[in-house]
Amino acid sequence: MSDMEETEGAEAPVAPHRVIGTPPPSPRLLGSTAVAEPDAEAAAAVADGGEAVPEHVVGLPLDDPRVVEHGKRAERVVAACFTLAFFTGCGFVAAYVGLGVHTVDKTLRSNLALGLSLSLTLVLLGLGALIWVRHLMPDIEMTEERHDLRSDDKDRQTFEQTFKQGAGYSQFVKRPLIRRTLMLGTLPLLAAPVVLLRDLGPQPGTSLRHTVWSPGRRLLVQGINRPITPAQFNAPGSMITIVPEGYEDDADALTKAAVILIKFEPGQLQVPTRHAGGTLIGTMNWTVDNIVAYSKICTHVGCPVALYEQTTHHILCPCHQSTFDATTGATVIFGPAPRPLPQLPLAVDSSGYLVSRSDFTQPVGPSFWERG
Amino acid sequence: MSDTDFDVPKALTGTGGWLDDRFHGARGFRVLMRKVFPDHWSFMLGEIALWSFVILLLTGTFLSFFFVPSMTEVTYHGSYMKLNGIQMSEAYASTLRISFDVRGGLLMRQIHHWAADLFMAALIIHMLRVFFTGAYRKPREVNWLIGIVLFSLGLLEGLFGYSLPDDQLSGAGLRIFEGVLQGVPIVGTYLAYFLFGGPFPGHDIVPRMYIIHVLLIPGILLALISAHLFIMFHQKHTQMPGKGNTERNVNGQPFFPYFMAKGGAWFFFIFGALVLLATFAQINPIWLYGPYTPVAISSASQPDFYMGILEGSLRVMPAWEINFLGHTLSLSVLIPFALPLGIVLGGAAFWPFFEQWATGDKSFHNVNDRPRNGPVRTATGVAAMTFYGVLWAEGANDVLADIFHVPLYTITWIARVLVFVGPAAAYVITKRVCLGLQRKDREELLHGYESGIIRQLPNGEFIEVHQPVNEEKLAVLEAKKVPALLPGPGSEDDNGVPPPSSRGVLGKARAVANRAFAETIPVEADGHGNGHHGNGHAVTGEEPEAVGATGSAALPAGEGGEE
Repeated sequence: MSDMEETEGAEAPVAPHRVIGTPPPSPRLLGSTAVAEPDAEAAAAVADGGEAVPEHVVGLPLDDPRVVEHGKRAERVVAACFTLAFFTGCGFVAAYVGLGVHTVDKTLRSNLALGLSLSLTLVLLGLGALIWVRHLMPDIEMTEERHDLRSDDKDRQTFEQTFKQGAGYSQFVKRPLIRRTLMLGTLPLLAAPVVLLRDLGPQPGTSLRHTVWSPGRRLLVQGINRPITPAQFNAPGSMITIVPEGYEDDADALTKAAVILIKFEPGQLQVPTRHAGGTLIGTMNWTVDNIVAYSKICTHVGCPVALYEQTTHHILCPCHQSTFDATTGATVIFGPAPRPLPQLPLAVDSSGYLVSRSDFTQPVGPSFWERG
Repeated sequence: MSDTDFDVPKALTGTGGWLDDRFHGARGFRVLMRKVFPDHWSFMLGEIALWSFVILLLTGTFLSFFFVPSMTEVTYHGSYMKLNGIQMSEAYASTLRISFDVRGGLLMRQIHHWAADLFMAALIIHMLRVFFTGAYRKPREVNWLIGIVLFSLGLLEGLFGYSLPDDQLSGAGLRIFEGVLQGVPIVGTYLAYFLFGGPFPGHDIVPRMYIIHVLLIPGILLALISAHLFIMFHQKHTQMPGKGNTERNVNGQPFFPYFMAKGGAWFFFIFGALVLLATFAQINPIWLYGPYTPVAISSASQPDFYMGILEGSLRVMPAWEINFLGHTLSLSVLIPFALPLGIVLGGAAFWPFFEQWATGDKSFHNVNDRPRNGPVRTATGVAAMTFYGVLWAEGANDVLADIFHVPLYTITWIARVLVFVGPAAAYVITKRVCLGLQRKDREELLHGYESGIIRQLPNGEFIEVHQPVNEEKLAVLEAKKVPALLPGPGSEDDNGVPPPSSRGVLGKARAVANRAFAETIPVEADGHGNGHHGNGHAVTGEEPEAVGATGSAALPAGEGGEE
């Protein structure tokens, strides 16, 4: 840059020697010429292997008055940071001792005090250390030589020889009987981890095909756990969640057996009669008084289909937005679910309560290999 | 020199002597103290991940003192009155206890969760830095692969970690995980039943996830991180192109005291930032979600951000399912589960070897590439980011629909198109941008930079003064390397026989890939690039002088005649 200034002379305007828009080079105030010359000892260290020597120190010499003045100020700032960190650190301990928890409000207060004092302590320590490095330590630059990672040919050859020698001593190559029986002997051990993991759980068997619904089992309204009559569920457009009687709080059972119950205006509900592999899986006959029951478990990956839009009669799974048309047997109209929600056959028992006519006639929930 | 004019305390020299008598460490540690670390802001990204991991270990240990990994049902009678008398698992109850009855418990929980998010975010950004600068090249392929394994394990670790409290939100996530597992061909139902100890949710999953989360995966992570650092240390850090930086040296500041102090400061800053987040930004308020029940779900359920790509893939997928010889093959689950992450992570693992094959470049690389100087690499990276980004955003399609008042299905349809079109467009655009930047570099090398000074020539014409770039910049510009052109199609010998390396399908593919990699903006001394791609014409040392000779009066619109 200075070259340019000299050659261009006074008549030629000189632009700042950097690309417009880039920050100016930071002035490197601290430095020392004292270590600029690599001393003989360090040079020898480089010669015998892999140590860096200071190549040059950027900036002003350390005894320059500006550097001394700057250093004094920086020292005070660093010390102030560390001192403040001491006090905020004490504040953290005080907040722990002084502020209790056990209510939401108190927890909030404690969290605020602990978090604020701890973060301040940490940030102040970091800030102090950073100013220390950048404003007090001389700005040196070092060069370290890289060495070939590959061993030289001689080393590789010696290695090969040594390995061969060792392998020769071991007789491993010469005695195939030992080699093969050793492999044979260790083979069963490989199976051990798999074998030992067997008791992690029962085999699935056909359990994914069935739920706890059975003929005559009452439908309970989830939450209040009471049976319901068609007359009680008489507001068209509403949807409620149903759990099977006797399994109201059984998470394992409910994962498959949760059901939604939807009431329609007369004539709205048009469940088509459908079969899968000869089994009836959907029909108007399984509805009672324009009330239909579908599995609440999405056929995609098993989230509960919890959203129901009254005007369009769409059932929506909030997880991946599979959308089912409730009027036509919960057929899929959008999203990744591959199948309609299975329909639960409904009936009314002698007391007038809604009951299941049978279990679902097809597996509920997500697909699996054995589903067929 | 006055800096060393002090006595080292007896305690220190004594201990040092005692240790050296037994371990012979003086020489090794002296070299260690003088280990040079190059300075560049992007080299701090991996450190963020490292320090986040340390903070995760510290806070996680604290949490494990209070957390009860059990699914035994209890009735809650704690400080959070809204859930008083509610049935819940011990895992959930003990998480409530940590939050409301342990001093600093809420803070530690939130630091732990934020640190996990930061760990994954830092890993992603660190990997992008390594990719875009070509720092994965020989001899660092193994460390690149370790990084990919670390990221994959981090995903699993995070999923298991946030599922431990057994709350409504994470329970739904776990149910999705189980549903996906069930869909795996042949062994799916067995995997699910063995992992969960029977039908979902069972009573085994929380204790099992707990031991995987606090012992198994952290142990592997710790081992791999150590290996990662050791290899980095042994092979020495890469450096950015710059003055004095060559393939055979490493320039920077020594470990002791510079890097130690900077690294320490960085640790404190990251820890401080995480505590600030934990203080003011609520994360995973499980008391609002309630204990898990399989019959309920909240709308707009979102997993942690790093699972977003899997969530989005599930959402974007149409309902494909086939019956394969009497068995159900649930493509609408399997494809989202395996393909997107498989493409991104598998592709990343494969890339260094693909690049070596396509460029024929088996040499060592210790000076990083500037992203613009590897147009194919950079374009591929941006395409991958676009692919990832589209699926990630689709993972929050319901939230996007809500914010922008766009129909939900429209967003999904946009994502379905964008997931294919986006990466292709990103590739083309990025490659053009890279080549454009190379043109700018070439301009600067040949004619200097635009100084912003306007001069009037004697004939009245106004020109902008160009000035030669400074030494630092020159070194950066000159560090550009172009892959050699391998013999390709059309390079038959005199008898019309193509070279063996370009025969066959693989050979032809290699020739095509090689041509893509070798595409560059050549720098010719006369300023008239003739469009020869990839002739390996390195920038010669004459250019600065050439610039000086033409003075600073290069034409303002000094585009050479290239292309």
